[in-house]
Amino acid sequence: MLNIKDLYTAVENKKILEGLNLSIKAGEVHAIMGPNGSGKSTLANILAGRDGYQVTKGSVSYQDKNLLDLSPEERAREGVFLAFQYPVEIPGVNNIYLLKAALNAIRKHKGESELDAMEFMTLVKEKMKLVQMNEDLLSRSVNQGFSGGEKKRNEVFQMTILEPKLAILDETDSGLDIDALKIVANGVNSLRNDERAFIVVTHYQRLLDYIKPDYVHVLGNGKIIKSGGPELAIELEEKGYDWIN
Amino acid sequence: MEDVIKNYSADFMQLKNTKENDWFSKQRQSAFDIFQESGFPNTRVEDWKYTDVKPIAKNTFSNITESNVASDNNEIDEILIKDLDCVNLVFINGTYSEKYSDIKNISSKIVIKSMADALINDESLLKKHLTKHINQELNSFTALNTAFIQDGAYINISANTNIDKPINITYISRDSNHPFATHPRNLIVMGENSNATVIENYVGSGKVNYFTNSVTETVLLQGAVLKHYKIQQEGSSAFHIASLNTSQSKDSRFESHLVSIGGALVRNNINASLNEEGAEIIMNGLYMTEDVQHVDNHTRVDHLKPHTQSHQNYRGVLNGKSRGVFNGKVVVHPQAQKIEAYQNNANLLLSDDAEIDTKPELEIYADDVKCTHGATVGQLDDDMLFYLRSRAVDEKTARSLLTYAFADEVISEINIKEIQNKLERLIIGRLPDSSLIREYV
Ligand SMILES: Nc1ncnc2c1ncn2[C@@H]1O[C@H](COP(=O)(O)OP(=O)(O)O)[C@@H](O)[C@H]1O
Ligand SMILES: [Mg+2]
Repeated sequence: MLNIKDLYTAVENKKILEGLNLSIKAGEVHAIMGPNGSGKSTLANILAGRDGYQVTKGSVSYQDKNLLDLSPEERAREGVFLAFQYPVEIPGVNNIYLLKAALNAIRKHKGESELDAMEFMTLVKEKMKLVQMNEDLLSRSVNQGFSGGEKKRNEVFQMTILEPKLAILDETDSGLDIDALKIVANGVNSLRNDERAFIVVTHYQRLLDYIKPDYVHVLGNGKIIKSGGPELAIELEEKGYDWIN
Repeated sequence: MEDVIKNYSADFMQLKNTKENDWFSKQRQSAFDIFQESGFPNTRVEDWKYTDVKPIAKNTFSNITESNVASDNNEIDEILIKDLDCVNLVFINGTYSEKYSDIKNISSKIVIKSMADALINDESLLKKHLTKHINQELNSFTALNTAFIQDGAYINISANTNIDKPINITYISRDSNHPFATHPRNLIVMGENSNATVIENYVGSGKVNYFTNSVTETVLLQGAVLKHYKIQQEGSSAFHIASLNTSQSKDSRFESHLVSIGGALVRNNINASLNEEGAEIIMNGLYMTEDVQHVDNHTRVDHLKPHTQSHQNYRGVLNGKSRGVFNGKVVVHPQAQKIEAYQNNANLLLSDDAEIDTKPELEIYADDVKCTHGATVGQLDDDMLFYLRSRAVDEKTARSLLTYAFADEVISEINIKEIQNKLERLIIGRLPDSSLIREYV
């Protein structure tokens, strides 16, 4: 599904990723770990198409397309979803209208019929329960006045509605207590199937107790310096990152 | 310049002749003398530094209002706020239109009528208030207005009276065979503990060359509450100079909401005088400009007594080669302790050629006060843009949506749903690529 080959990136002429390789098949969950500043969010942003991140070398193919050729909105319509590490507040843009428009843009792109208000609300109610979203957050402006935890939950809520093919969760677990963490994991697990892939960026092994990854990768020096199964995360938790170098 | 004044002189003579024995003629004359002496301001005058009124000065406008300018029901329907139950006063090219106004069936405790009518029939009350509540030294535009007062709205709400229906004053400027100036004059007197909502809506069509020079005086006695909405949607070649003046007694509250989107050269003045303790003014404003429009917003608040409050929040969206000005002056007089004055001006520049001059001015002569001010000028936020695009919103739509959201911060403060809706439609109509955002708002 996703094939990252020898990727080099720079932000404002600062080199960040230097020769990263990663291959992900449909149905897989890949955890990416690594110390602060190792480039995890950079990778997530590159995949979602944020301006200002230059790819100086290498390639990224996604479902046999050159991902780097697509605009962020085209990627979203093709099924790429990024749950942001720091979801931005957007005063004046309604949470639920945005989500409905997003869903319908994606459905239209897939050649599916658009949902009307009733159908959409039925879907919303169902998913809200799943991630225990407070109803009054729906009618507010995007993330405005949300607590840190509510913002993260809103990201997962959006993900469960949009049903992406490739979901990238950037430290969605940071700052969450154990109950919230379980809810987030629940949202992810409900979407897991053979056609969908996940990249779960995290600092902590504890999230991986609830979302069982197929692979764990460690990012360092701009590339993946170690890969393994779930046991690698446990080892990292015990020994820290220095042990790898 | 001489020639220009000559033209105004000729019109003034004509008006004077028709109103010879009028009780107001002395005031007209002295106002005209002031205008004649000072002429139009130039950009060397600090208050007019960013706004050159030469384009107004070099026109020859007719200042005598015509009556019987035709309109039609469809046009009026478009302009009035259909779903809002209100008292309508309609003026066409400066003259009160009985046909389109509806001021019947109003309680005896409320006077709502045209200024032309009031000048004849309400002499004693007008003598007490008219021209008495202009806070600043008479500037030349205000003087010109006073000299040429022919019509406008006169509203007087008795003590302890609450008028539920908003009073909607509409000034329509239509085609005429020559360039014309109107000098609308409104006087609103709010008795003790009275409550009212007033809308001033200035509308004009595309190519008509005209100049609106309006002045509104408001008096709020103790405990009075006035909500004032001004919608400025003059035609694209129009000149619009207006001042709104408040004179506020103890515990009175004035709420001003301004939406300014029309006109070629525009100046919106608000002068608030907080004369007694507990008086408060809120000023929300939104200006949207495009092409080569020039819109200047000037506010001045005089905190004359302790425990008075002013809150200003102005936003601008500037596109094309347009230019905006925000100049907010707050004067805290000696003895005016424990006042609160808050001022904020945020601007969004949508093009490289648009320009904004924002200038807060604080003059504080008391020591125990809370004053804050801030101004920002910026482009759309990259993080917000990316967030929306990552949710499948295309870039054009995302830009339009964020621009709308920025402007709507001001509109969403308006708590009369029908007015809010009308203004939201108006600003959506003014956005780049507005058709794209319908499903988001
Ligand atoms: N927009 C940016 N501008 C400048 N430097 C950046 C930017 N984004 C990331 N960086 C830098 O790139 C490096 C990697 O950052 P990031 O990808 O956020 O790491 P992580 O998510 O692993 O903590 C850091 O040194 C960071 O300071
Ligand atoms: Mg990060």
